[in-house]
Amino acid sequence: MQLALEPLNVARWQFGVTTVYHFLFVPLTISLSALTAGMQTAWVRTSKDKYLRATKFWGKLFLINIAMGVVTGIVQEFQFGMNWSDYSRFVGDVFGAPLAFEALIAFFFESTFVGLWIFGWDKLPKKIHLACIWMVSIGTILSAYFILAANSWMQHPVGYHYNPKTKRAELTDFLAVLTQNTALAQFFHTMSAAFLTGAAFMIGIAAYHLARKQHIAVMRSSLRLALVVAVVAGALTAISGDTLGKVMFKQQPMKMAAAEALWDGQHSAPFSIFAVGDVNKGHNEVAIDVPNLLSFLATDNFTAYVGGINDVNKAEQQKFGPGDYRPNIPVAYWGFRWMIGFGVVSIGVGAAGLWLTRRRLWVAPEHRTGEDEVPRLMLTRGIGLGEGLSRWYWRLALLTMVFPLLANSWGWIFTETGRQPWVVYGVLRTKDAVSPGVSTGEVLTSLIVFTSLYAVLAVVEIRLMLKYAKAGPPELTDADRQPPTRIGGGSGGADTADDRPMAFSY
Amino acid sequence: MHLHDVWFVLIAVLWTGYFFLEGFDFGIGILTRPLARDRAERRVLINTIGPVWDGNEVWLLTAGGATFAAFPDWYATLFSGFYLPLLVILVCLIVRGVAFEYRAKRDDERWQRNWEHAIFWTSLLPAFLWGVAFANIVHGVKIDAHKEYVGGFWDLLNGYALLGGAVTLALFTFHGAVFASLKTVGPIRERARAFATRLGVVAAVLAVAFLAWTQGDSGNARSLVALLVAAVALALAIGANIAGREGWSFAFSGVTIAATVAMFFLSLFPDVMPSSLDSAWSLTVGNASATPYTLRIMTWCAAIATPLVLLYQGWTYWVFRKRIGTQHIAAADPAAGPSAGPSAGPSAGRPVEGAH
Repeated sequence: MQLALEPLNVARWQFGVTTVYHFLFVPLTISLSALTAGMQTAWVRTSKDKYLRATKFWGKLFLINIAMGVVTGIVQEFQFGMNWSDYSRFVGDVFGAPLAFEALIAFFFESTFVGLWIFGWDKLPKKIHLACIWMVSIGTILSAYFILAANSWMQHPVGYHYNPKTKRAELTDFLAVLTQNTALAQFFHTMSAAFLTGAAFMIGIAAYHLARKQHIAVMRSSLRLALVVAVVAGALTAISGDTLGKVMFKQQPMKMAAAEALWDGQHSAPFSIFAVGDVNKGHNEVAIDVPNLLSFLATDNFTAYVGGINDVNKAEQQKFGPGDYRPNIPVAYWGFRWMIGFGVVSIGVGAAGLWLTRRRLWVAPEHRTGEDEVPRLMLTRGIGLGEGLSRWYWRLALLTMVFPLLANSWGWIFTETGRQPWVVYGVLRTKDAVSPGVSTGEVLTSLIVFTSLYAVLAVVEIRLMLKYAKAGPPELTDADRQPPTRIGGGSGGADTADDRPMAFSY
Repeated sequence: MHLHDVWFVLIAVLWTGYFFLEGFDFGIGILTRPLARDRAERRVLINTIGPVWDGNEVWLLTAGGATFAAFPDWYATLFSGFYLPLLVILVCLIVRGVAFEYRAKRDDERWQRNWEHAIFWTSLLPAFLWGVAFANIVHGVKIDAHKEYVGGFWDLLNGYALLGGAVTLALFTFHGAVFASLKTVGPIRERARAFATRLGVVAAVLAVAFLAWTQGDSGNARSLVALLVAAVALALAIGANIAGREGWSFAFSGVTIAATVAMFFLSLFPDVMPSSLDSAWSLTVGNASATPYTLRIMTWCAAIATPLVLLYQGWTYWVFRKRIGTQHIAAADPAAGPSAGPSAGPSAGRPVEGAH
């Protein structure tokens, strides 16, 4: 009998809560560091004030965000040992290495150079200071690669053998773990989704200010950059999602059958847009299907056979012994749809914005706007959106900020719950992974502590984010425009500025 | 030398790096209460570690990750066994990081005071609890035949372990006070030095008692050498501090911490977590380690990455080598003011900005 409060369930909830929460900050950290670096690069190359102000503005929001990303990441590093000690014993030889690599190579990089960037405005020459934020960006991407390789191994274990003497999985080919197609597809998909997330964040805040006709020069540049990134990253997210889907159809057919609530396998399988009623009872009340699409998505062939939940369950019973190998079907089915739905809407808003705010292409000269004007939203050469509709576009753009965050969360919920009952697919069951020595009381305490702490911090973080987002980019001082030419501060000759306040202090 | 012995040493090196670096930044966090007279001085102290605390903390994450990879059973037994103390440490590290980053983001008395309280407590508790944890590891805890910790929470709070906690707390605070005297300018520098002398004496008394107890409890010839190095270095650190040689004092307080960690690990070897129930059930470098293949890959990674890390972290300290005084602390960020930003008033009234 499954008790609601047995350690396994509490530990699973804790992993879900802490991981989804952590991953709200991760994609923003990855993309905002690169976008801020892009802005700063523009400033270093052009010396235009608007790019420096944009760098300082987005940089500040990036820092508010990364602080949360860093501290919630600490829990992830230790949670495996605390709640999942049998998992750690079983997989440590394989799974530990990418985690150690991540810490040694990526975390040190990120955290050291972010410190240099935050405090380095008056200590480092322009170009070295710029290099620091690029280093942070590289660090975040490396970090994502290692952790996604580790996760991919849980989705599709390769490069190991089971040693019956030590009763654990042992690494035989590290390169295979790092370069298997699951890892590459997941990395590609996660990375493009991260940039879509950061771009939507930027679009939303820029739209807020442009709708109020304030900070126009900075926000207009930011908006255009973000719209381009949103469309490119959005397209790549879709392409990589398709790739990852095909990989998953091969490696975890159950997950994909569950994603479609396809109970019985068939040829020319349709893709369900959405279903009404209980998907646990099958596909019968489905409202909208696209014929043959599922077969195509799974195999590139419109008429191919796609296995259903019941078939796969039987096949797995034959392979792994008696048992129920079905994940939670409604979570998989709806999680998959929320992920795609929120993602597609974000891309649509980005694509619409990219067209509407274009500067010259197919826009009559009298409708063109300058760098310091709010862009006029133009449908065609001579027809604009009009006051009311424009206002609605800006509002929609603001709302779109949260869509990729929701899409990311559902994507992870889908792929992690869709793998159940396995923690390492086909090798280790989740119920065999939990710490045997940790009591319900202990794990419940930690679930409650982390959840309430995270809730409080969410309120603090969001309010701070709102405050700084609304405040807009800062005015520049002469000191901002004249960074030092020597490392450590100063610009050669007699240094009279020894008692000058630091450019940034806590 | 077997690879798992190499990794035993490397794990010790990672913990040494962590305690050396985060040791003084825990110390700084603690000193914001007894040493700083006002907010400006508190900010001076916080800003001495501002650019570096985050990088310092990564030494812990690396120690954790490397233990997972090189000694999976050690990682599993330690973190599931020391569950509640570790939970407290994690909560502290979370709040502490946020406190540093967010404290100055609002120019509001209550907001800043709350985060300053947080910085004090979240520096003090881990500084104490790491000592408790390591004392327990060295002394041995109740581990059964299946490598599971079977003791309770209260078993971890025995007299020896509490003394261990007091030692790390005192050592880190001393290390932090010496660091403060090295990195600040003005009246706070003199007070930090005077305070460091007193802290050094307290740390010396506690450390000698604890290290002697450790030597008697689980020591050997090698750990005795480490003990002597720690004792001499601490005496030299206190002496250099009195003589006003701040750099030397800091170097020696660092050596004291390194020698203390060395003593822990030398007392342990070849165990990594001795069992107090039956020595046959102890986790050792042999029975807790990963396969030679994994260890070999990890060794390559560490051999290449660690010198680089030391290089760029060292460079960071050099970039921020200047002393800080109250004159270097800017007034609050204009955007942090309670009335800053268009949210405070009708936004339509704000002037439209042009391109520069």
